[in-house]
Amino acid sequence: MNDAQLQYEGDGPAHREVVLQVEDLRMHLHTRWGVTKAVDGVTFDLRAGETLGIVGESGSGKSMLALSLVRLTPEPASRFVGGRVLLDGEDLIALSDKEMRRIRGKKISRILQDPHQSLNPVFTVGNQLKEAIRIHEGAPTKDETKRRAIDALRDVQVPEPERRLKNYPHEMSGGMKQRVVGAMAMVYTPSVLIADEPTTALDVTIQAQYLTLLRDLQRRTGVAMIVISHDFGVIAETCDQVAVMYAGRFVEHGPVAEVFDNPSHPYTRGLLDSHPRYVGRGERLRSIPGAPPELSDLPAGCRFRARCEHAVAACGESDPTPVRVSNQHTAWCFRTEEAPWADR
Amino acid sequence: MGRPLIEVDNLSKRFAVMGGPLGVRTVGHVRAVDGVSFAINEGETYALVGESGCGKTTTARTILRLFTPDGGQVRVEGRDVHALTGVELKEFRLAVQAVFQDPWASLNPRMRAGTLIAEALKANRRVSKAETKARVAALLERVGFPAWKADLYPHEFSGGQRQRIALASALITDPKLIVLDEPVSALDLSVQAQVINLLKDIQAELQTTFLIISHDLDTVRYVADRVGVMYLGQLVEETRAEELFEHAKHPYTRALLASRLALHPSERGEGAPVIGEAPSPMEPPSGCRFRTRCPHAMEICEQVPTMVQLDVGHTVACHLYSQ
Repeated sequence: MNDAQLQYEGDGPAHREVVLQVEDLRMHLHTRWGVTKAVDGVTFDLRAGETLGIVGESGSGKSMLALSLVRLTPEPASRFVGGRVLLDGEDLIALSDKEMRRIRGKKISRILQDPHQSLNPVFTVGNQLKEAIRIHEGAPTKDETKRRAIDALRDVQVPEPERRLKNYPHEMSGGMKQRVVGAMAMVYTPSVLIADEPTTALDVTIQAQYLTLLRDLQRRTGVAMIVISHDFGVIAETCDQVAVMYAGRFVEHGPVAEVFDNPSHPYTRGLLDSHPRYVGRGERLRSIPGAPPELSDLPAGCRFRARCEHAVAACGESDPTPVRVSNQHTAWCFRTEEAPWADR
Repeated sequence: MGRPLIEVDNLSKRFAVMGGPLGVRTVGHVRAVDGVSFAINEGETYALVGESGCGKTTTARTILRLFTPDGGQVRVEGRDVHALTGVELKEFRLAVQAVFQDPWASLNPRMRAGTLIAEALKANRRVSKAETKARVAALLERVGFPAWKADLYPHEFSGGQRQRIALASALITDPKLIVLDEPVSALDLSVQAQVINLLKDIQAELQTTFLIISHDLDTVRYVADRVGVMYLGQLVEETRAEELFEHAKHPYTRALLASRLALHPSERGEGAPVIGEAPSPMEPPSGCRFRTRCPHAMEICEQVPTMVQLDVGHTVACHLYSQ
């Protein structure tokens, strides 16, 4: 067991320093068809060694939030219209593109669950890994770069790393490629790692390996993680806290066990109830009727109102204010206190 | 649940692997399906599960006559599917329909929903325009759309809605069997629930037989009556769905079940149970194909295990259970 493990195992993340502070972040996309409010007032803190899950349907803005944090939002449509993203105290939104390039991949990294989307098929993995190393340092020597690439692969338990450097992505198995992507993201031990998941599911065995890889990276380095997923199973496996996102905003945010045990927003309840795991064979799956609203044409008041079976008149009049469920657990719903969805 | 509608008997399907300097020479074969036998009874939902590359989709496509088998037979109501001609073939095409995984790829973007739904009927049977229109409208309503949506194009529908259109177009011929190849895995969870509920309703109403291909064990547990587990082209275990999830026998089935995600943060697992990934189906291990990843591998596993019956309707191909 090395020093990092000793440091990060045991003590709860609640006592550690905050590495990422997101304050009222607003990122809108200006297109021919209007303004899409993809991220519209998101606030959270993330501490070293802690994992935040962001869960929601397609079109909830969760992936746009992930892209906003690394400033890789679609150009020229995207505009940061408000808020701050403080990484180790530095506001990423205020940085120039050039300054951001120095930080991206070094202090904050993003990886995709599907390695086919991350690796270039026409270069060897060694080539791509070395590029990730060279891009941030004043050109280390060839030997030094190679040595670091080998170390990075060894860290993620890739067998025979010297030989693997010469492989092309198609010569590797899916699980091996995932580890290479993990190694690329971690060559500079960033403070924050964002793991983004596509909707199309991988095989259960590959998915289990991916989650093991993430847990292992975190245990080894103490990196703070943001896991983006539509699946509460992934959240249950990896996260300390979870935020449920809907139409560009958080609707519920709290410690993961509390949100599972006491979902305090009807949308969270609906997502949990629609999972076939949580429902007996004879019972009916509860689906949430309809689809998320167009982010360019949002209704007044609560954005979930049109799909909510518990909506009342107040929901249409103003935005719901945050309600404290417990010390760290917040929900944005007018009816959180009475919780009519609780007794199911 | 009655007599078998579909019988798959010792089915094999190989694919040539091309290589050489020009990529035109056959350098080997992948045995995608290698001696698979099972039967699907009328009105039941049979699920084939396994990892990518286990042959579940190839099996389904061979049943659909999209592939010709290299060995064995597929029989529908006792008749060899691949020997059908003329009127019988037309009847088969009406009786067996499919819904595929990716509703962005499976619906022709240049055809309106109504035309897409009516296509299978028009191709195989003489029906009047008025009757077609009425049937399309009835089916649209059945899958939850107003009739005017027949004039829309696929891009005007969301993923879950497209899958409902695909289902309507499968239902128009009043099929006996619908093959559902990963019908919900490209969809969001909340939308998956809508489609799964609809599938269950339709089966209860029309007694259609379903063959569902999936790697999502939670969905399978929820919808299937019986399950066949495939590994590298072979069936390794088959039983009723409840039995499989309660008393799985084959080490591979158990590993698959153990790989499922936690239901609650308190059940968080540590580490992936199956070490490594499936070997290449081009060169499957001799004997039991799972032995290279199996925690219980023994000397006898170098010999091919045979399917043994453990209980009524529960069979497994593993030396742990053969005396």
